[in-house]
Amino acid sequence: MRILTAIIAIAVGFLVLLGYFFPQAAPLQILLLDWAIILAGAAALVGFFNIAIVHLDKIGHRDRNAVYSAILVIGLFATFIFGIILKPQHPYMQAFALNGIIVPVEASLMGLLAVSLLYAAVRLLRRRADLMGIIFIVTAGIIFLGSATLPFGDVPFVGTLLRPWITQVWALGGARGILIGVALGTLTTGLRVLFGADRPYGGK
Amino acid sequence: MTSLIILVIAAILLGGITLWKQRSPAQLREIPAFTKLAHALGLSIEDGKRLHISLGRGSLLYARGGSAFAGLALLRNIAERTSVSDMPSVASAGDPALGLLTQDTLQAGYQAAGVDELYVPTSGRVTGLTPFSYAAGAMHIAQDENVSTNIVIGHVGAEVGLLTESSDRNNVNLIGASDDLAGQSILYANTQDPLIGEELFAAGAYLNSDATHAASLTVQDIFRWVIILVILGGATAKFVGVI
Repeated sequence: MRILTAIIAIAVGFLVLLGYFFPQAAPLQILLLDWAIILAGAAALVGFFNIAIVHLDKIGHRDRNAVYSAILVIGLFATFIFGIILKPQHPYMQAFALNGIIVPVEASLMGLLAVSLLYAAVRLLRRRADLMGIIFIVTAGIIFLGSATLPFGDVPFVGTLLRPWITQVWALGGARGILIGVALGTLTTGLRVLFGADRPYGGK
Repeated sequence: MTSLIILVIAAILLGGITLWKQRSPAQLREIPAFTKLAHALGLSIEDGKRLHISLGRGSLLYARGGSAFAGLALLRNIAERTSVSDMPSVASAGDPALGLLTQDTLQAGYQAAGVDELYVPTSGRVTGLTPFSYAAGAMHIAQDENVSTNIVIGHVGAEVGLLTESSDRNNVNLIGASDDLAGQSILYANTQDPLIGEELFAAGAYLNSDATHAASLTVQDIFRWVIILVILGGATAKFVGVI
């Protein structure tokens, strides 16, 4: 069974890849990708039940913070049931679930993140007082100062010259270097999966 | 056609170097985060604490799936090693398809260790489907489930800041790597030994000592040097007016 799974996965991988290089294989590639999208949709449903089971289990065992699990399960099923009945585009669903809960909660988490990042930046020197840590803090300080909206406009030299020079030369160069590394890593990881050396679909 | 040629060359190099690495094992430079990870693996079993591996929200239908596959390779290894522990590892994901693969990979690790019956399906979880809901769900695992080390590896953006904050507050070690620049910068500021760029993809080679993973690193090095030479050659040619 595992060998069959590997053969199917590798064959599908090669067929999808061929579709990018040979137009004759494109229709088959589109068909296979459509199947993958349908399966990903079905996986979302499995994910829904996974979240529900994990949190129902926590409620059943009266774990610490089980009350949060109860709130999550109520919200999860309410959204799921009303989403099926009303459809996600319904104005009530948009107003209550999306604009009333999801958007404000995510925005508040973003706000919380801004505070925690500021705190992390302050602690960085305590955690790692090396040259790179100091460069990181100084660069972040210059970028903040150069980007801040101040009553008297840009800080001379920092906002007009230093910040653009750091972001467009040093940071952009570094970012490209990192992204090239990530792309190379993705390439070799993809090849390993394609050759069946890594099998994330189970088996050894 | 250029991309096809690059792909074929990479495949030939990967196959050839894998054969070579099977005969002469690779000598890898030390990366402190992976040394710490190896220690964390041993200590978690001794301390009766569990590891939490968070694989991010990289959808397998897009290029971000590459980092998810690297995370799954690491998860497979960790699952096999910690499956017999009193407190087996838990894994979380922010994408439903990745969540399914997480469960399958964990189960494969248990099967490889010969303790298939100990596998609990809820040890692989989807914690949320949006960036912040995923992070909010994952941060409570460290808090509530006796976790000694959080391992964040995959596609995570700025929301990883919530996980790092939670780890810090609960005195949980954090080892993190992301293919996202915002996620990387936050992990750099928040972890003792950050993993940068392609180091994310080296996890399998450092923990597994498998010839294919080691060969991947060599292929990446070869391509990196070619790119460096092309960039330098192009800059020189531009400078002297050839192009």
